[in-house]
Amino acid sequence: MLQFDKVSMRYPEVGDVLKNISFSLHPGEMAFLTGHSGAGKSTLFKLIAVMERCNRGEIIFAGQNLNKVSNRQIPYVRRNMGLIFQDYKLLQDRTVFDNVALPLVIAGYGHGEISRRVRAALDKVGLLGKEKKYPLLLSGGEQQRVGIARAVVNKPSMILADEPTGNLDPELSKEIMHLFEQFQQVGVTVLIASHDISLIARMNYRVLKLDHGQLIAS
Amino acid sequence: MKHSIRNQHRAEGRQTRKSGGYLVDRLIAYRDLHAHALFSSLGRLVASRFATVMTIVVLAIGISLASGFYILVKNLQQLAGNLESSNQISLFLREEVSDANAKKLAETIKKNSDVLDVKLISKEQALKEFETFSGFGAAVKALDKNPLPIVIQVLPKNSLEDVVVLDNLVEHFKQVPEVDIAQVDTQWVKRLQSIMELARRGVALLSGLLGMGVLFITANTIRLELHDRREEVLIAKLVGATNGFIQRPFLYGGFWLGFFSGVAAWFIVTLTTLILKYPIEKLSGLYDGSFHVVFLGGLETIALLAISAALGMLGSWIVVYFQLRRLKPE
Ligand SMILES: Nc1ncnc2c1ncn2[C@@H]1O[C@H](COP(=O)(O)OP(=O)(O)OP(=O)(O)O)[C@@H](O)[C@H]1O
Ligand SMILES: [Mg+2]
Repeated sequence: MLQFDKVSMRYPEVGDVLKNISFSLHPGEMAFLTGHSGAGKSTLFKLIAVMERCNRGEIIFAGQNLNKVSNRQIPYVRRNMGLIFQDYKLLQDRTVFDNVALPLVIAGYGHGEISRRVRAALDKVGLLGKEKKYPLLLSGGEQQRVGIARAVVNKPSMILADEPTGNLDPELSKEIMHLFEQFQQVGVTVLIASHDISLIARMNYRVLKLDHGQLIAS
Repeated sequence: MKHSIRNQHRAEGRQTRKSGGYLVDRLIAYRDLHAHALFSSLGRLVASRFATVMTIVVLAIGISLASGFYILVKNLQQLAGNLESSNQISLFLREEVSDANAKKLAETIKKNSDVLDVKLISKEQALKEFETFSGFGAAVKALDKNPLPIVIQVLPKNSLEDVVVLDNLVEHFKQVPEVDIAQVDTQWVKRLQSIMELARRGVALLSGLLGMGVLFITANTIRLELHDRREEVLIAKLVGATNGFIQRPFLYGGFWLGFFSGVAAWFIVTLTTLILKYPIEKLSGLYDGSFHVVFLGGLETIALLAISAALGMLGSWIVVYFQLRRLKPE
């Protein structure tokens, strides 16, 4: 599903952020990405989402070499991945429904299909009945779940979550992790960046550990 | 990998079965997308009423200046057209020529193959016209003798186009013994024509400049909007929006700005023409003219609206094209 082959990434201002990273995730696998602050977790995600391009090495996503993806093709690559952000990245002036529907509208689905899928996604994250609310009126955990619903509504083959539980209480964190497990169980590949060591330890999944841009355990 | 492909197939297969016409469904969705962009961009303009109205007023003034000058030149052209068609040679006869001889001369001239028509104005007719239109009636009455000569007005067959023939004709009339002065006013008609040509070019130039102004004002307005909606654009990009999808509402926004400015400009020009129509036609009446003010016609109105809307769209396209590609999620 996802394969890194000797990938290096350098920002001209700060030097190498990722050094010679190699690993692969098979379809339907769930894994954690951990490491100290500034280790390069978000940068690794940006490479997968083609928000940045790597300087060396190759990244294969869903059989596609991301180095060879042209700018025009980027949107289509992203439609096959569900991105979840620590700061949610929701549109504040749109309702929950419109936020979750965005990927489907972009992909050109019809009204009926959009309505059906958005409801299904909101149901999965336990927010059915809040479609007409605006994100600002929701709690942090609820907003995070809107973000998750948006990420899965288009049935992506991989979910990439960058610190999805960063500012949630332990109870909510557990709930959200459980949600990811459910997606993994229906065959979605899941990669979660987190430095919540205790939570990661409690869950029995593969852990990729970054330290100053190097992969020290996988 | 295999798994993901199977997943996708499953999803699409389900859809095909459900709707029966997957392609039709997509087409309808595409149409809805356009309709949505069209009306949501309109909604956004309405939401920021104040800024929108200010922009539209500025654009409308620019557009109405261009189309106002256009309609002004068109009216002047009509006036010049009237004068051109009245191009004729006036033969002022010698004082001693009698009415009978003048009539005979007029008949001879009419037989000339280059002449379309002649009109004889006797001393008395000339005096009467002079009294009516000059306002010097009383002074003329005080004279004991009619000082005006008999005039034969000759309308040549070929109008101004053939200046040589006209000049030959005038030379010919100058040789006729009864004729005192043979006069043709081609000079000032020619001047008028070159002035009109100048005016037409001036309007074209001015319209070009004002059009550029409209283009850049819309571009700047859209640039500000794009800046305001930066966050939204970035999020849309992250969930797989193409540049085409993102730029659509902005293009429609530019379209509406241009279109409404065109409508406002049409009202400005038409109102101005309407206000000036009465005094101008009254003035023309005073000079025995039959001048009628022309307004923007149906086709011209359509052209005005189409050009305005197109400029608006082009303006926003320029901005969106260059700025959207630079807007990248971090
Ligand atoms: N756009 C950028 N330009 C230059 N340097 C950057 C940029 N983004 C990140 N960096 C640098 O790359 C390094 C890794 O950053 P990154 O955000 O990947 O860390 P992280 O592991 O996600 O940390 P955190 O746990 O705090 O989110 C940092 O040293 C950071 O300064
Ligand atoms: Mg980070």
